[in-house]
Amino acid sequence: MVATTENNVATAQVTKGRSPWADARRRFFRNKAAVFGLLLLVIVTLFALFGGFLAQWSNEELDYNVMGQVAELGGPSIASGHYFGTDDLGRDLFARTVQGTQISLAVGVVGALIAIVVGTLYGATAGYVGGRVDGIMMRLVDILMAIPYMFVLILLLVMYGRSITMLFVGVGLISWMDMSRIVRGQTLSLKGREYVEAARATGVSAPVIILRHIVPNLAGVIIVYATLLVPLMILTESFISFLGLGVQEPLTSLGALIAEGAGTISYGTVWQLAFPLLFFVLTLFGFFFVGDGLRDALDPKDR
Amino acid sequence: MQMTRMLATTAMALGLAATAQAATVPAGTTLADDQTYTFWLLDAIKSMDPQINTDVEGSDVLRNLFEGLYNEDGNGELVPGVALDHTVSDGGLTYTFNLRDDAQWSDGTPVTANDFVYGWQRLADPANASEYAWYMELMQVANAPQVVAGEMPVDQLGIRAVDDTTLEVTITTPLPYFPQMLVHASTFPVKQSVVEEFGDNWTQAGNLVGNGAYTLVEHQLGERVMMEKNDTYWDAENTVIAQLTALTINDSNQALTRYLAGELDRVDIPAGQYPRLAEEYPDQAKSTPYNCSYIYMLNVGEKGPEALKDVRVRQAMAYAVDRDIIVDRILQGGQRPAYNWTHWAISDFERPALPWADEMDQAQRIEAATALMTEAGYGPDNPLDLRLQYNTSDDHEKIAIAASQMLKAIGINITLDNYEWTIHTDRLQNQDFDMARYAWCGDYNEASTYLDLMTSYSGHNNGEWFNDEYDQVMADSKQAEDPQPLYQQAEGILAAEMPIIPIYHYANVDMISADIQGLPDNNVNNTWYGKDLYRVAQ
Amino acid sequence: MFTYSLKRLAIAIPTLLVLIVVSFMLMHAAPGGPFTSEREIPPDVLANLNAKYGLDQPLWRQILSYVWGIVTQFDFGPSFVYKDRTVNQIIAQGFPITLTYGLISFALAVIVGVSLGVAAAVRHNTWLDYIAVGTSIGAQVLPNFVMAPILVLVFTLWLGWLPGGGWQGPEYWIMPVIALSTSFMASIARITRSSMLEVLTSNHIRTARAKGLPERRVILRHALKPAMLPVISYLGPAFVAMITGSVVVDIYFSTGGIGKAFVDSALNRDYAVMMGVTILVGALTIFFNLVVDILYGWIDPKIRY
Repeated sequence: MVATTENNVATAQVTKGRSPWADARRRFFRNKAAVFGLLLLVIVTLFALFGGFLAQWSNEELDYNVMGQVAELGGPSIASGHYFGTDDLGRDLFARTVQGTQISLAVGVVGALIAIVVGTLYGATAGYVGGRVDGIMMRLVDILMAIPYMFVLILLLVMYGRSITMLFVGVGLISWMDMSRIVRGQTLSLKGREYVEAARATGVSAPVIILRHIVPNLAGVIIVYATLLVPLMILTESFISFLGLGVQEPLTSLGALIAEGAGTISYGTVWQLAFPLLFFVLTLFGFFFVGDGLRDALDPKDR
Repeated sequence: MQMTRMLATTAMALGLAATAQAATVPAGTTLADDQTYTFWLLDAIKSMDPQINTDVEGSDVLRNLFEGLYNEDGNGELVPGVALDHTVSDGGLTYTFNLRDDAQWSDGTPVTANDFVYGWQRLADPANASEYAWYMELMQVANAPQVVAGEMPVDQLGIRAVDDTTLEVTITTPLPYFPQMLVHASTFPVKQSVVEEFGDNWTQAGNLVGNGAYTLVEHQLGERVMMEKNDTYWDAENTVIAQLTALTINDSNQALTRYLAGELDRVDIPAGQYPRLAEEYPDQAKSTPYNCSYIYMLNVGEKGPEALKDVRVRQAMAYAVDRDIIVDRILQGGQRPAYNWTHWAISDFERPALPWADEMDQAQRIEAATALMTEAGYGPDNPLDLRLQYNTSDDHEKIAIAASQMLKAIGINITLDNYEWTIHTDRLQNQDFDMARYAWCGDYNEASTYLDLMTSYSGHNNGEWFNDEYDQVMADSKQAEDPQPLYQQAEGILAAEMPIIPIYHYANVDMISADIQGLPDNNVNNTWYGKDLYRVAQ
Repeated sequence: MFTYSLKRLAIAIPTLLVLIVVSFMLMHAAPGGPFTSEREIPPDVLANLNAKYGLDQPLWRQILSYVWGIVTQFDFGPSFVYKDRTVNQIIAQGFPITLTYGLISFALAVIVGVSLGVAAAVRHNTWLDYIAVGTSIGAQVLPNFVMAPILVLVFTLWLGWLPGGGWQGPEYWIMPVIALSTSFMASIARITRSSMLEVLTSNHIRTARAKGLPERRVILRHALKPAMLPVISYLGPAFVAMITGSVVVDIYFSTGGIGKAFVDSALNRDYAVMMGVTILVGALTIFFNLVVDILYGWIDPKIRY
């Protein structure tokens, strides 16, 4: 397998004293699928950030020339300036897809960030302190993990109205627990290492040890897991949007656009499904490939 | 249907139409072998108890399982049900109904006046806690408020059985449309022994005993309701459809697909699809007026925004909304643009001439609206920010988006708020809104059902627009020989004050199988009975 | 092992209590109630309704009597909205339906997913591998709410082979199962494939091969069991996700399962049904996680509890 040759290469050049991160980067860029995934993510991100400059219409303007005859006149066209066609109200689907991609990426990234911050600190603390504190903290996670979160999230959104803050809170709630378990496990194994023992012996306080010595050494695991978490968060958001509980119009997300396009699929407006779905799929592919690539690169022995 | 959870009754001419009961199959028609009818329900049926049900869809089912004193025909005229006819006392306060002696429950026992007494008492009985107890009060039945409040025993309610086939009802104010209110499902009789034997479970399939043309065979909550022809029904001989099935499909696009696949005989057409379907299936796509109006209610009360207290702003907003676009380009199903409150198809009602509706085109309206906004002190430098609240639905959302863009053109920035129905209603009732989507479906076919709503004492006037002149006009209309001029005057006040922005008048937009005959085509409340239908051979 | 299971079961009780209290609080703090009506209900009638359903009691007492009813009589109370049904009846109607299509989907996802994954790993870097990987990645990112309307369009409207919805017999099961199982099948196939590839290059498989055992036997007897570990730990989350997915199935295929009952109860403020379904799903999640843990321990005895 590829990894074997890489290891040989790495061993051969070990005299040059390269950091493990440089090795990882090398391995990552050797992996064709991972590079392809990265390329996809770059394209999608560029689209989300700068696609707005290419759009001829804003994401909320109604094109009265098209409205009411969307199936006949609202298709993708360079001439009309609607590169991706329009939605049922004659709004430019290109601009809306750009805007929807921004929201979907934001939800995914924010969900992952919450997982990183909360999950890492919680897991590292539990693992480092150990003993009874660890027991209680992990039992609490056990209890929380048994709660059907999607149901609670639906309750929250139905009863307190939809807002992007609530959505972030929701995905954040769901995302941190797995992370905390993984981090705890890794922390337990790091705890006995010499440098941690040394730090403790010289009287460094527990929070400092966790932040300075434990967390940086978990970076690989955290990055891999967070990357794989992003697509799951995006999928969660799309489900919420399907239930009509996603972001408030005129804002939209890829999930909301897809749900809208899928519902009207038999009315001759396939582009309303096709373009948002394309970007949705590209984004998810990108994260899956990059996540897999990172895992192989950062932890070659694991796979 | 989704626009409101209210049932609607119809008031038409007083006299009973003499036309026949049950399916009137013209001579020479070849009936199909398959006499079944399958219709669509958006949601699960909440209750099959006539006195508990609150939904339009529930009533569609109840009208087939039970029968009240009167039914409606395809034109909304009253026809005999269990009652053959009635007499009214001189003061108009006592109604004596003459019941048919061949009406039977589905267990073969006769339907008597006592069954109606029991049903009505049940509706009012506080122990039963019916959400529709207020309907007894709306009908002005004697002692209803006291009975509902638990201050009087139920047997004091103004209804009594003189003998098995004579029912006497006493009301407190003369109500010209009282007989029409009897079509309402909450006035249907129920059988006491069955209710007492099974308790809350009496409406489940197998337990339920009704007096309608059909019996309940199966009720899978959220999946289907199956009804079969009831042989003990007094007019079973003329009932053609042998089986009624109601399928719950939560997604209207999905329902249409399944209709096109032949699984249903009737579905609603989703917004925007009528023109295409009418072209493709001219014999199946139908649009008929429906007794409801769609408006944006403005909060002019204490908790409302300061800007909306300025009549110029309200007028400007009403002018800026292009109703033709909403009706012709979004809904596209034969709805009509609304420039006033009362539905255009209400009998005898004629909208007064309104300059902004009749004499101006949209460009002129926008011009006028811009001028009004400038006059009120708003403009590009001083934009107005408002929130527009609607309850969750694709159609409400589309209209709100379009309206927000139209209002933007006159310098009003709208923030959209999408709430579930319960929260939407709760916020409306607490005056927690700037402008809110609202729809009203007439309880009967007369303009006062709409116009009374805007009085200061109506209990529905959530925007808290209180106007003494308007109250006086509506009070006068109750005494007037011909209330129509007063109704026009009331509409005139609304147009000048603009506490609501009228958007459109509803239509029923359906796909109906070409071989199904007998559905009402001229009934603004769309009251239909399975026993009137038949399927012709093709 | 036995004590571990007992411990996990002991956690179940506080978990369910937390769930009940949190949901109760959330519900009652939300605007609107089960009797919110467009035509404002007169205070007298509202008072009657509240008294009938015990909503006039202080919240702590409502929670207590609710839990008491469950513990002593397994009674989840009457539905506030479906007035002729109790929560027990609603769950008794909807749950077997959800369970039927859920379990079939689950079984299908595991069987097909694992077979596909093993086949792809064994035929690594052949066309079979590429097809398996390609389709499973594709299937994994296609949301079931996109697949469901497409299925109905194709199999009901165009081909006329299957009923477009309802729950009357096995032919009604097919589309829900396809819509629900596909993405899990894909995930399981991917997990199986990568874990199998890893196991196949491990020392003990090399040894087995070196001993000259037939390839078939090597794979089925020696490689499959260890390769299943990551798949099994995926089953817990997959099960929960499937219950969530039943919402989509119920909406698109009118199956009448508990997924839609839950969403409706939240929308209608049908407190009792909402609590009932939440507790049911919570209990199932706990139970299923326990089963997964035990299975894991059985396959990998190295795991200590």
